[in-house]
Order: sequence, then structure tokens, then C-alpha cells
Amino acid sequence: MRTQSLFDRQTIIVLSLLAASAILVPAMNGLTSPESALHLSDHLVPLLGKYVCFALLALSVDLIWGFCGILSLGHGAFFALGGYAMGMYLMRQIGPRGAYADPVLPDFMVFLNWKELPWFWHGFDWFPFAALMVLLVPGVLAFIFGWFAFRSRVTGVYFSIITQAMTFALMLAFFRNDMGLGGNNGLTDFKEILGFSVQAKSTRIALFVLSVLALAGGYLLCRWVVGSKFGKVLVAVRDAESRTRFLGYCVEHYKLAVFALSAMLAGVAGALYVPQVGIINPSEFAPANSIEVVIWVAVGGRGTLAGAILGALLVNAGKTWFTAVLPEFWLFALGSLFVFVTLFMSRGVLGAVRDLWEHSNQKVRARRSPQPISHAAE
Amino acid sequence: MIVLRNITRALVLLIGMASAVLAGPYEDALPNFANDSYAETEAAIGAVAVSGNPLSIDVVEALRDGRLLVGAGQVFVRRTSGELVNAATGQVWGDQTGELKPVRVNNRVRRAVEAALGSLTLLSSDATKRLEAARAVFRSRDETALPTLEKAIAQEGQSRVRNVLESARAAILLSKQDALPMQRLSAVETLRNRGDQEALALLSNLPSNATSEVVAAAGKAADGIRARLAFWEAVQNVWYGISLGSVLLLAAIGLAITFGTMGVINMAHGEMVMLGAYTTFMVQEFIRSQAPSLFGGSLLIALPLAFLVAGSVGVLLERTVIRFLYGRSLETLLATWGISLILQQSVRTIFGPTNREVSTPAWMNGALDVGATSLTYNRIAIVVFAFAVFAILLLVLRYTSLGLYVRAVTQNRRMAGSMGIRTSRIDALAFGLGSGVAGIAGVALSQIDNVSPNLGQGYIIDSFMVVVFGGVGNLWGTLVGAMTLGIANKLLEPYAGAVLGKIVLLIAIIVFIQRRPRGLFALKGRAVEA
Repeated sequence: MRTQSLFDRQTIIVLSLLAASAILVPAMNGLTSPESALHLSDHLVPLLGKYVCFALLALSVDLIWGFCGILSLGHGAFFALGGYAMGMYLMRQIGPRGAYADPVLPDFMVFLNWKELPWFWHGFDWFPFAALMVLLVPGVLAFIFGWFAFRSRVTGVYFSIITQAMTFALMLAFFRNDMGLGGNNGLTDFKEILGFSVQAKSTRIALFVLSVLALAGGYLLCRWVVGSKFGKVLVAVRDAESRTRFLGYCVEHYKLAVFALSAMLAGVAGALYVPQVGIINPSEFAPANSIEVVIWVAVGGRGTLAGAILGALLVNAGKTWFTAVLPEFWLFALGSLFVFVTLFMSRGVLGAVRDLWEHSNQKVRARRSPQPISHAAE
Repeated sequence: MIVLRNITRALVLLIGMASAVLAGPYEDALPNFANDSYAETEAAIGAVAVSGNPLSIDVVEALRDGRLLVGAGQVFVRRTSGELVNAATGQVWGDQTGELKPVRVNNRVRRAVEAALGSLTLLSSDATKRLEAARAVFRSRDETALPTLEKAIAQEGQSRVRNVLESARAAILLSKQDALPMQRLSAVETLRNRGDQEALALLSNLPSNATSEVVAAAGKAADGIRARLAFWEAVQNVWYGISLGSVLLLAAIGLAITFGTMGVINMAHGEMVMLGAYTTFMVQEFIRSQAPSLFGGSLLIALPLAFLVAGSVGVLLERTVIRFLYGRSLETLLATWGISLILQQSVRTIFGPTNREVSTPAWMNGALDVGATSLTYNRIAIVVFAFAVFAILLLVLRYTSLGLYVRAVTQNRRMAGSMGIRTSRIDALAFGLGSGVAGIAGVALSQIDNVSPNLGQGYIIDSFMVVVFGGVGNLWGTLVGAMTLGIANKLLEPYAGAVLGKIVLLIAIIVFIQRRPRGLFALKGRAVEA
């Protein structure tokens, strides 16, 4: 068993690119004059921050799909739950500045004529508690859900379908006003985070940098997990679940651990996403969103981690461009992307680039070319 | 002004008295319409209604429609044809309207008109009119209608009409202040037999002077009615459940075939349903412009076309995309999702994003009354249709060679291949069959759902739940799954509300799949791990 070093070439490239963006984006936004060709306009900063959050979400999906073969079609739910936890904190920060100026109750509760804060809203005015919930709520849900699912050996497409049902059920639940989380409109109209105005330029830059740092941290964590002995077992589960079980590994525990970890990563992504876009509503739970995340991973290259980040950035940049220029063609493009990637690029952009790289290397150093990793995944 | 009016009134009275010598109560009451007083108009309506004069119904109807005119102390009816008729004699008066003005009505007068019309038409020779009148009297509980009612009951030949007449009499007797306890008791009895919400309302609002005996009887009758209504409500919920179950069955049965034979998760299945619905729309548009006489059969014409359209799209899909992804079910899921996006957007581009109007043929309108509930014909048609499709598919799978091959491939693909079955051809055909059935489902769903590009999206999760719940590769499992989910959904709805009921059900299915990962009717044996 060859254990990979944590800081191999790919990790170094990813980390240096992330570090570059964390320095360049604030610099291009804040230090250059608006006329300069290098200037990054203000509305682009939260947009890029949004992409970075999506990349972290894609990373969490790649961790379970690419390395453990668990295809979750409900990861958007964990993302949204993390987002709601952060949204609740931001709602409590509004305080008496809401439209109804109630010192405690958020506007929508005053509107619904509620008299006191529901029990689950308590504590969210304290940031460390909210931050803990960002991790705990998705993590615990994933743990309970996974515990039931993996224990009874629900695998493959069956698992995918029930994760989809889970996010669908959550979406229906969050659409209800009685849920106490803003119903249809969700949570919005945020004022400040940790005392800094959400709208301020400096806060937006700080949030962007934080998101990049979270992505880098998430990447390192995933890299460390998949490089460890634990990660090797995950890959074994992906490639031959029954055989791994017969070898004496408790497959369920491995799956459960990585599923909960992945849900927490998704929760963090959601929590960073909400202050940057300024709203969280139940449509984030839509099953279509979760499926879209999977295609980001597939486009970038499943099972590569870096590919997930690349795919999320590429597809979302494409989405922004298409919806601005050719709005009616976006779904055609996205749909074709699904078909094309699954048919012709099963290893994604990164896989294709690597193949090319290795191909040209082989010509030069035919004898010393490394074996491509695990084609037997399917 | 007032003086003038009083003089006119005196004159009218004089004329009235004069004519009273010549004629009966009808002619007496008629001039009161000319007094421009709501109270007197109301009194006149009552008098006219009980007079028995054949013209009285014309007068009351004219009053209702604002066609009863007065001028110079005379009362006229303007017929709908435009000619003017003297209300007293029934003779045509000529065309001039001169200084005629319509008798004014207010809400109290309108109520009196309705009640009067009710009792007037009670004796009509047309049975449906009598029924309508009896219902009107039941609602108005107008005591003055009682004599007419008695007469109508005595000469009524149809038991259906007599029942309503009797319940109208019972309603009047129950609320009439001076009714005898005996009359009230029999009224309670009649209302108990009627047994609906209106009877319950009457029984729980007894007049204050009712004897304790009547109160007790009414209480007992009301309890009986409540129990009956509760029973019928349960029946209705189960019926709604069956109806929803049939919709789910239609949507899921094609999925069961493709999922069962190939293990392929076809996320574009909902779009096949949508294609079927749009085919129906196209067929109706074509018929409307080319051959309007065929409109009643538009759905029957749409059925084979929808099967062909959706089926050929299915075969095309299988041959161009899914074929290359066998054995990689997760990838198939993603690819078919992409196809579903493309199909949705194509339909949106061609037909626009808004709902398209698919009309219901006349024979599917209306409802069938069963006990205290009514079942609409289009729901009945869908239930019958769903079961017919199910039966046909069952027969196809059981008795045709295609069915045999499909079953063989479902159970053991390799072995079937070794026996000389061309599995890839069977895959294409099975996929076409499943998609075609989805198209047929689209024809049915176009009758109860909005035909929009998002039509399929609404069904895809539910259909998957049905298939997963029922078990793969077994049509009976799909039937049981669809009916269980449909009925459970509708039975939960009154207690939990529509959304919460659905959430509860989804959670129940998720828990159920944990217990039985392969569904209710799982395939047994070696095929399972294939």
C-alpha cells in the first residue's frame, strides 16, 4: 500500500492557486482604480465568493462519491441546513432594525403574529453557538440518516433515491410557515455579521478570503482523509464493497464516518454562502440543485478532489455567462453537459488533462511512466 | 309631491276595490306592485303565489328579472320576446313603454320571489323543475308554501322528487313556531332519512319551543347523521386515495418496466409523461381546427399517438445514450437527468413556458352521486384507465414473446443472453414500452394537471417512491405501492394537512426502505445481486 504524501504536486498547485486568488481578488478589487483593466468590480466579489462556496460543496460530494462510491442526491440539503443555521444567526443580529422593529422577533414572526421566539431559535444570537450548529445540524442529520441507510445496506441507486426524497421532504417542510424559518421567503434582509455590515465592501472581501481559506482547509482535510489508511479502506469499499466486508472491515462505520464528515463540509459551505448572497430560502433544498452539484464533480473529474473544485468553478462560470447572454440555452447546455460528460469524459476535465500529460510524458520517458490510478473503479 | 302620491295611491286602491268585485285574489294583489313600497310588493308576491292563477308564475319571474312594469296603476309583464302583456288579463298590450317603470326590488323582495317561485313550480309538470322547486323550498323554509307542498306531495309520482318534497315539508314543520310535536317528530324522522349536512344543520337548530321529546329525537337523529357522514367521508377519502393511487400507478408503471429490466434509473421518465400530455394538446388543437366533430374522441386518438411519440423518444434515447452506460447505473442517472433538462427546455422553447389548455370531452364532465359523496367522471375514467393499462401490461408481460424475453432479462440477463435472447434489442424495446406507457399516462394526466414543461418534474419523485416501495421487477408491487401511497396520503391529509402528510409519507418510505431495501415484492434468488 503506497501512502501518498499530503503535499504532492497536485496539492501544491491547488493551494498556490487558492492563495493567489485570496491575494489577487482583494487587491484587484480594492487597490486598483475602477478604470484600470485589472479592476474587479464590486459585484464580482460576492459572485466569486459564491463560486468558492459551491466548490467546497462539490469537494464534499467528491469525498463520498469519488472515494467511497456513495452518490448522494441530497447534499444540497446539508448545504442549505448549514446556510439556515447561519441565516438564523444573521436574523438575530438584525435586532430592532427590522421593518417591525421588534427587539427579539424577526420580521416574519411579527408578521405571522407570533408572540415569542420558538425554542430552536434560542442561542442563535451567539456566534459560537451558531457556528457549532452549522457543523452539528448537517452532521447529526447525516449521521442518523446514514446510520439507518448503511446499516440496512441500502446502496447504489436506492441510496441516491432516498437522499433525493430526504431533500424533497425537507424542502416541503421548510416551505411551511409553521416551521418557524420564514416559509416561502426564507431568511433575508441581513444587516451585519459579527458587528460588520454585510453590505460593506470590506466585509465582502473578508468573506471571500474566508471562503477561500475554508476551501483550502477543506481540500487539505479531504486530501489527508483519502491519503490515510482510512481513505484506502474507503476506496476499497467503493471498488468492492462485499470483498472489503469479507476482509473484516466494518464497512458501515467507514461509510457513516465519511458521510457525516462530508455533510459537515457541505454545511460550512452553506454557512459561508448565505452572508455573501444575502438570502437563504427553501428552494436551496430543491432536488435539482443537489443533482447539479454531482455534475460539477463529474465535469471536473470524479475522485480527484481538485477536479471537484475545477468543475464547480467551470460550470458555475458557464452558468453565469449563459444566463446573462443566452438565458434560454442554459438548460440545453447543462443537459448536454450531463450527457457528454457521462458518455465521453468519465474522468472529467482533470482526467483528460492528466491523460494528455501522461501521454506526452510517455513519449519522452516511456519506461518511467507511472501507472494510472485505479481504472477499475467501475 | 306627497299629496299627489297619496291621491294616486287612493286611486289605485279604488281601482283595486273595483276590480275585486270582478275577480279573485290574484287580481286583488296585482295592483299592490304599483305602490312602490317594498313591504307591499312582498305581500303581493305572497298573494299572487297562492292565488293559483296560471299567470302568476310569469309575474313573479318577470319581477325577478326586472321585467315587471307598472304605469298608471296597471301592471305589465314584458315578455323576453319584447311584447308587453297586461298582467291582469294576459292580453298583449302593444309596444309602447311610455311612462312605464320596473317594479323595484331589494334583497327581501328577492327572497320572497325565490320562495314564491319555489312553491309555484312545485306543481309544474316538468319533474326536474319540481325537484328544483322542492330544493328551493327546503332551503327557504317558507311557511306559506306548506299548502302547495302538501298538494304536491299528494300528487307526486316520482319517489325521488317526493323524497325532496317531503324533506322540504319536514324542514318547514321543524322550524315553524306553531307546529305540533307529532308533526315535528315525523319531520325529525324524515330528515334523519335524508341524512346530509343540511339535515344536520336543521336538526341542530331546533326552535325554542320544541318539546324535550322532540329535542331527544333530534339529538339521536343528528348523531346518526354524523356517523353516516363520517362513514361517507372516509369512503370519499379512500376514493380520493384510489384516484391519486391510479395517477401514481400510471406515472410509475412505465418506470417499473425500465427500472426492472435494465436497472436503469430513468430520470427523464417524467418528461415522457409530459410528452404524452403535449401530444394530447397537439391532437386537440388539430381536431379543433380540422375536424371539430371528432372532439369527443380526441383523447382516444391521442392515446396511440402519445404511445408512439414517447415510445420512439424512449427507443432513441436508449440507442443513443443509455446503451453505452449499462452497468454504470449512477452515470445513467446523471445522463438521463441531463436528457430530462434538454427535453424540458425544448418543450419550453417550442410551446412556451405557460400552461397549455387541454379540454375535457363532454362525456367526462359531471359526477356520479354515491351515498353522501359524488365521484367526478374524469376521476372515475382515470381510475378505470389506470387499471386497464395495468391489466394490459400484465397480459403483455405474461403472454407475449416480448413479455417472456423481458421477464427473462429482468431475472437473469446473462442467462437470457446465453439462451439466445438478443438482450440489447429487448432493452431497447422494453425502454420504448416503458416510455410509451409513460406517454399514455400523460394523456390521462393532461385531464387533471396543468400541461406545462414542468409537468413531469412533479411526478418523478413520487413515481420513484412507488417503484422503490413496491419492489423492482414486479408489476403487482407497483400496483400495491401506488395504491398504498395514494390512500395513505389522502387518509393522512385531513389530520396532518397536505404538505405535512406528504412529508410524513416520505419519511415513512425512507424508514421502510431501511427495513426492506429491495421493496415490498423483492425479486428473490441470485438475480438480486446482479
